Amino acid sequence: MDECNTCLLIMGCPEVPVQMSVVLYLSNKLNKSGRDVTVAGTDAALKLLKVADIEGHYVEKTMDVDQCIADIVEKKINFDCCFAFMHSDAGLTYAATMSAISSAKLYAVIFGKNAEPLSDSVDFPAEKIVAKAVHNPVPLKSKIDRVIA
Amino acid sequence: MSCVEQMKYKLYLERISFKEARDYIEKSSEEVYYVDPGYKIFKDYYIIGVPPVAMGVRGKEMLFTFVKPCHGTFVMGIDSEEEIARLRENEKEKMKRLLKKGAMKDEKRSQQLQISFNKIYEN
Repeated sequence: MDECNTCLLIMGCPEVPVQMSVVLYLSNKLNKSGRDVTVAGTDAALKLLKVADIEGHYVEKTMDVDQCIADIVEKKINFDCCFAFMHSDAGLTYAATMSAISSAKLYAVIFGKNAEPLSDSVDFPAEKIVAKAVHNPVPLKSKIDRVIA
Repeated sequence: MSCVEQMKYKLYLERISFKEARDYIEKSSEEVYYVDPGYKIFKDYYIIGVPPVAMGVRGKEMLFTFVKPCHGTFVMGIDSEEEIARLRENEKEKMKRLLKKGAMKDEKRSQQLQISFNKIYEN
Protein backbone atom coordinates (compact mmCIF):
# COMPACT_ATOMS: atom_id res chain seq x y z
CA MET A 1 0.00 0.00 0.00
CA ASP A 2 3.01 2.35 0.45
CA GLU A 3 3.16 3.22 -3.25
CA CYS A 4 -0.57 3.97 -3.49
CA ASN A 5 -0.95 7.73 -3.42
CA THR A 6 -4.04 7.90 -5.61
CA CYS A 7 -6.79 5.41 -4.86
CA LEU A 8 -9.99 4.55 -6.68
CA LEU A 9 -12.87 2.78 -4.96
CA ILE A 10 -15.35 1.28 -7.42
CA MET A 11 -18.73 0.44 -5.96
CA GLY A 12 -20.94 -2.26 -7.40
CA CYS A 13 -24.72 -2.33 -7.12
CA PRO A 14 -25.59 -0.89 -3.70
CA GLU A 15 -28.14 -3.58 -2.81
CA VAL A 16 -25.86 -5.33 -0.28
CA PRO A 17 -25.71 -3.16 2.87
CA VAL A 18 -22.08 -3.79 3.87
CA GLN A 19 -20.75 -2.12 0.73
CA MET A 20 -21.69 1.47 1.63
CA SER A 21 -20.50 1.11 5.19
CA VAL A 22 -17.11 -0.31 4.14
CA VAL A 23 -16.65 2.20 1.31
CA LEU A 24 -17.16 5.12 3.74
CA TYR A 25 -14.82 3.46 6.23
CA LEU A 26 -12.09 2.70 3.69
CA SER A 27 -12.30 6.10 2.02
CA ASN A 28 -11.90 7.82 5.39
CA LYS A 29 -8.95 5.58 6.35
CA LEU A 30 -7.18 6.25 3.07
CA ASN A 31 -7.90 10.00 3.20
CA LYS A 32 -6.57 10.19 6.77
CA SER A 33 -3.35 8.50 5.67
CA GLY A 34 -2.81 11.32 3.16
CA ARG A 35 -3.97 9.56 0.03
CA ASP A 36 -6.04 11.07 -2.73
CA VAL A 37 -9.28 9.05 -2.90
CA THR A 38 -11.98 8.95 -5.58
CA VAL A 39 -15.13 6.87 -5.22
CA ALA A 40 -16.89 5.77 -8.42
CA GLY A 41 -20.31 4.21 -8.66
CA THR A 42 -23.70 4.22 -10.30
CA ASP A 43 -26.04 7.15 -9.86
CA ALA A 44 -27.95 5.27 -7.13
CA ALA A 45 -24.82 4.26 -5.24
CA LEU A 46 -23.44 7.80 -5.35
CA LYS A 47 -26.75 9.24 -4.09
CA LEU A 48 -26.71 6.81 -1.15
CA LEU A 49 -23.16 7.84 -0.40
CA LYS A 50 -23.79 11.58 -0.64
CA VAL A 51 -26.83 11.40 1.64
CA ALA A 52 -24.87 9.39 4.22
CA ASP A 53 -21.88 11.75 4.04
CA ILE A 54 -23.65 14.99 3.18
CA GLU A 55 -20.78 17.24 4.25
CA GLY A 56 -18.11 15.12 2.60
CA HIS A 57 -16.28 14.16 5.78
CA TYR A 58 -15.39 10.70 4.53
CA VAL A 59 -15.52 10.97 0.74
CA GLU A 60 -14.11 14.02 -1.00
CA LYS A 61 -14.25 13.06 -4.68
CA THR A 62 -16.84 11.03 -6.55
CA MET A 63 -17.51 10.18 -10.17
CA ASP A 64 -19.83 8.12 -12.33
CA VAL A 65 -18.40 4.64 -12.83
CA ASP A 66 -18.87 4.55 -16.61
CA GLN A 67 -17.31 8.00 -16.99
CA CYS A 68 -14.43 6.78 -14.84
CA ILE A 69 -13.87 3.77 -17.17
CA ALA A 70 -14.03 6.09 -20.21
CA ASP A 71 -11.51 8.54 -18.70
CA ILE A 72 -9.09 5.73 -17.84
CA VAL A 73 -9.33 4.28 -21.37
CA GLU A 74 -8.75 7.76 -22.83
CA LYS A 75 -5.79 8.17 -20.43
CA LYS A 76 -7.27 11.31 -18.87
CA ILE A 77 -6.93 9.85 -15.38
CA ASN A 78 -5.19 6.96 -13.67
CA PHE A 79 -4.73 5.64 -10.17
CA ASP A 80 -2.02 3.85 -8.24
CA CYS A 81 -4.47 1.41 -6.71
CA CYS A 82 -8.07 0.39 -7.11
CA PHE A 83 -10.47 -1.34 -4.73
CA ALA A 84 -13.22 -2.94 -6.82
CA PHE A 85 -16.23 -3.91 -4.69
CA MET A 86 -18.23 -6.85 -6.00
CA HIS A 87 -20.97 -9.21 -4.93
CA SER A 88 -22.27 -10.23 -8.35
CA ASP A 89 -21.17 -11.21 -11.85
CA ALA A 90 -21.60 -7.60 -13.01
CA GLY A 91 -19.25 -6.37 -10.28
CA LEU A 92 -16.72 -8.98 -11.33
CA THR A 93 -17.04 -7.79 -14.94
CA TYR A 94 -16.22 -4.21 -13.92
CA ALA A 95 -13.20 -5.40 -11.90
CA ALA A 96 -11.93 -7.47 -14.87
CA THR A 97 -12.28 -4.38 -17.05
CA MET A 98 -10.26 -2.31 -14.57
CA SER A 99 -7.59 -5.00 -14.56
CA ALA A 100 -7.37 -4.80 -18.36
CA ILE A 101 -7.42 -1.02 -18.84
CA SER A 102 -5.45 0.29 -15.87
CA SER A 103 -2.00 -0.21 -14.41
CA ALA A 104 -3.38 0.33 -10.89
CA LYS A 105 -2.74 -2.34 -8.29
CA LEU A 106 -6.11 -4.04 -8.04
CA TYR A 107 -7.81 -5.22 -4.87
CA ALA A 108 -10.94 -7.29 -5.46
CA VAL A 109 -13.22 -6.73 -2.46
CA ILE A 110 -15.63 -9.66 -2.63
CA PHE A 111 -18.61 -9.93 -0.27
CA GLY A 112 -22.24 -11.06 -0.13
CA LYS A 113 -23.84 -14.50 0.00
CA ASN A 114 -21.87 -15.84 -2.93
CA ALA A 115 -18.51 -14.39 -1.95
CA GLU A 116 -16.58 -17.65 -2.18
CA PRO A 117 -17.75 -18.93 -5.60
CA LEU A 118 -17.40 -15.39 -6.94
CA SER A 119 -13.87 -15.24 -5.59
CA ASP A 120 -13.04 -18.49 -7.46
CA SER A 121 -14.12 -16.79 -10.71
CA VAL A 122 -11.54 -14.02 -10.33
CA ASP A 123 -8.86 -15.17 -12.79
CA PHE A 124 -7.24 -11.80 -13.47
CA PRO A 125 -4.38 -10.26 -11.45
CA ALA A 126 -5.87 -8.94 -8.21
CA GLU A 127 -5.36 -9.26 -4.49
CA LYS A 128 -8.57 -10.76 -3.14
CA ILE A 129 -10.23 -9.54 0.04
CA VAL A 130 -13.09 -11.98 0.66
CA ALA A 131 -15.75 -12.11 3.39
CA LYS A 132 -19.19 -13.71 3.29
CA ALA A 133 -20.71 -10.50 4.67
CA VAL A 134 -24.17 -9.13 3.88
CA HIS A 135 -25.42 -7.11 6.87
CA ASN A 136 -22.47 -7.24 9.22
CA PRO A 137 -19.53 -5.20 7.87
CA VAL A 138 -17.07 -6.24 10.60
CA PRO A 139 -15.60 -9.37 8.88
CA LEU A 140 -14.95 -7.37 5.69
CA LYS A 141 -13.58 -4.39 7.64
CA SER A 142 -11.15 -6.68 9.50
CA LYS A 143 -9.83 -8.12 6.25
CA ILE A 144 -9.43 -4.65 4.73
CA ASP A 145 -7.58 -3.48 7.85
CA ARG A 146 -5.00 -6.22 7.32
CA VAL A 147 -4.37 -5.01 3.76
CA ILE A 148 -4.14 -1.28 4.47
CA ALA A 149 -2.26 -1.59 7.78
CA MET B 1 -26.96 7.37 -19.81
CA SER B 2 -24.70 6.19 -22.61
CA CYS B 3 -25.48 6.84 -26.26
CA VAL B 4 -26.22 3.13 -26.80
CA GLU B 5 -29.33 3.35 -24.63
CA GLN B 6 -30.66 6.21 -26.76
CA MET B 7 -30.18 4.35 -30.05
CA LYS B 8 -32.54 1.96 -31.80
CA TYR B 9 -31.45 -1.39 -30.43
CA LYS B 10 -32.72 -4.95 -30.09
CA LEU B 11 -32.37 -6.77 -26.79
CA TYR B 12 -31.66 -10.49 -27.21
CA LEU B 13 -30.79 -11.52 -23.66
CA GLU B 14 -31.06 -9.65 -20.40
CA ARG B 15 -29.83 -9.92 -16.81
CA ILE B 16 -27.50 -12.83 -17.48
CA SER B 17 -23.87 -13.50 -16.62
CA PHE B 18 -21.11 -12.17 -18.84
CA LYS B 19 -20.10 -15.71 -19.80
CA GLU B 20 -23.64 -16.56 -20.94
CA ALA B 21 -23.69 -13.40 -23.04
CA ARG B 22 -20.35 -14.26 -24.64
CA ASP B 23 -21.58 -17.82 -25.42
CA TYR B 24 -24.73 -16.44 -27.06
CA ILE B 25 -22.74 -14.02 -29.25
CA GLU B 26 -20.32 -16.77 -30.27
CA LYS B 27 -23.16 -19.14 -31.22
CA SER B 28 -25.50 -16.64 -32.87
CA SER B 29 -23.17 -14.58 -35.02
CA GLU B 30 -21.94 -15.07 -38.56
CA GLU B 31 -18.63 -13.47 -37.63
CA VAL B 32 -17.12 -13.20 -34.16
CA TYR B 33 -14.40 -10.74 -33.17
CA TYR B 34 -12.62 -10.43 -29.84
CA VAL B 35 -11.81 -7.02 -28.45
CA ASP B 36 -10.16 -5.76 -25.28
CA PRO B 37 -12.29 -4.39 -22.44
CA GLY B 38 -12.61 -0.64 -22.94
CA TYR B 39 -13.10 -0.97 -26.74
CA LYS B 40 -15.12 2.08 -27.76
CA ILE B 41 -18.26 1.75 -29.86
CA PHE B 42 -20.51 4.48 -31.19
CA LYS B 43 -20.08 7.88 -29.58
CA ASP B 44 -19.30 7.07 -25.99
CA TYR B 45 -19.79 3.46 -24.96
CA TYR B 46 -16.73 1.63 -23.70
CA ILE B 47 -17.22 -2.13 -23.57
CA ILE B 48 -17.14 -3.53 -20.05
CA GLY B 49 -16.16 -7.18 -19.95
CA VAL B 50 -14.12 -10.14 -18.87
CA PRO B 51 -11.60 -10.97 -21.61
CA PRO B 52 -12.05 -12.42 -24.19
CA VAL B 53 -14.83 -9.95 -25.02
CA ALA B 54 -16.79 -11.28 -28.00
CA MET B 55 -18.54 -9.05 -30.51
CA GLY B 56 -20.64 -10.49 -33.29
CA VAL B 57 -21.76 -9.57 -36.76
CA ARG B 58 -25.07 -10.84 -38.13
CA GLY B 59 -25.99 -9.27 -41.44
CA LYS B 60 -25.98 -5.52 -40.86
CA GLU B 61 -26.31 -5.93 -37.13
CA MET B 62 -23.56 -5.78 -34.54
CA LEU B 63 -24.09 -7.88 -31.42
CA PHE B 64 -22.35 -6.82 -28.23
CA THR B 65 -22.50 -7.04 -24.45
CA PHE B 66 -23.83 -4.23 -22.29
CA VAL B 67 -23.23 -4.40 -18.53
CA LYS B 68 -25.13 -2.56 -15.83
CA PRO B 69 -23.92 -2.98 -12.23
CA CYS B 70 -27.39 -3.56 -10.79
CA HIS B 71 -28.88 -5.56 -13.66
CA GLY B 72 -26.14 -7.81 -15.00
CA THR B 73 -25.24 -8.32 -18.64
CA PHE B 74 -27.41 -7.75 -21.69
CA VAL B 75 -26.86 -8.82 -25.29
CA MET B 76 -27.78 -5.97 -27.62
CA GLY B 77 -27.91 -5.66 -31.37
CA ILE B 78 -27.64 -2.42 -33.33
CA ASP B 79 -27.55 -2.02 -37.11
CA SER B 80 -24.33 -0.23 -37.97
CA GLU B 81 -22.29 -0.90 -41.07
CA GLU B 82 -19.81 1.71 -39.87
CA GLU B 83 -19.11 -0.04 -36.56
CA ILE B 84 -18.92 -3.43 -38.30
CA ALA B 85 -16.35 -2.06 -40.74
CA ARG B 86 -14.34 -0.66 -37.83
CA LEU B 87 -14.50 -4.04 -36.08
CA ARG B 88 -13.17 -5.80 -39.19
CA GLU B 89 -10.44 -3.19 -39.62
CA ASN B 90 -9.48 -3.55 -35.97
CA GLU B 91 -9.15 -7.32 -36.49
CA LYS B 92 -6.95 -6.80 -39.55
CA GLU B 93 -4.67 -4.50 -37.58
CA LYS B 94 -4.53 -7.03 -34.76
CA MET B 95 -3.55 -9.81 -37.19
CA LYS B 96 -0.88 -7.59 -38.74
CA ARG B 97 0.60 -6.89 -35.31
CA LEU B 98 0.53 -10.61 -34.45
CA LEU B 99 2.18 -11.59 -37.73
CA LYS B 100 4.84 -8.92 -37.25
CA LYS B 101 5.46 -10.14 -33.71
CA GLY B 102 5.66 -13.76 -34.99
CA ALA B 103 8.05 -12.77 -37.76
CA MET B 104 10.27 -10.97 -35.26
CA LYS B 105 10.27 -14.04 -33.02
CA ASP B 106 11.17 -16.32 -35.98
CA GLU B 107 13.97 -13.96 -36.96
CA LYS B 108 15.30 -14.00 -33.41
CA ARG B 109 15.07 -17.81 -33.27
CA SER B 110 16.88 -18.22 -36.61
CA GLN B 111 19.56 -15.86 -35.36
CA GLN B 112 19.95 -17.96 -32.25
CA LEU B 113 20.10 -21.18 -34.30
CA GLN B 114 22.83 -19.96 -36.59
CA ILE B 115 25.61 -22.50 -36.51
CA SER B 116 28.67 -22.75 -38.65
CA PHE B 117 29.50 -25.83 -40.76
CA ASN B 118 32.77 -26.09 -38.88
CA LYS B 119 30.81 -26.59 -35.66
CA ILE B 120 28.68 -29.32 -37.28
CA TYR B 121 31.71 -31.25 -38.54
CA GLU B 122 33.54 -30.85 -35.24
CA ASN B 123 31.63 -33.81 -33.84
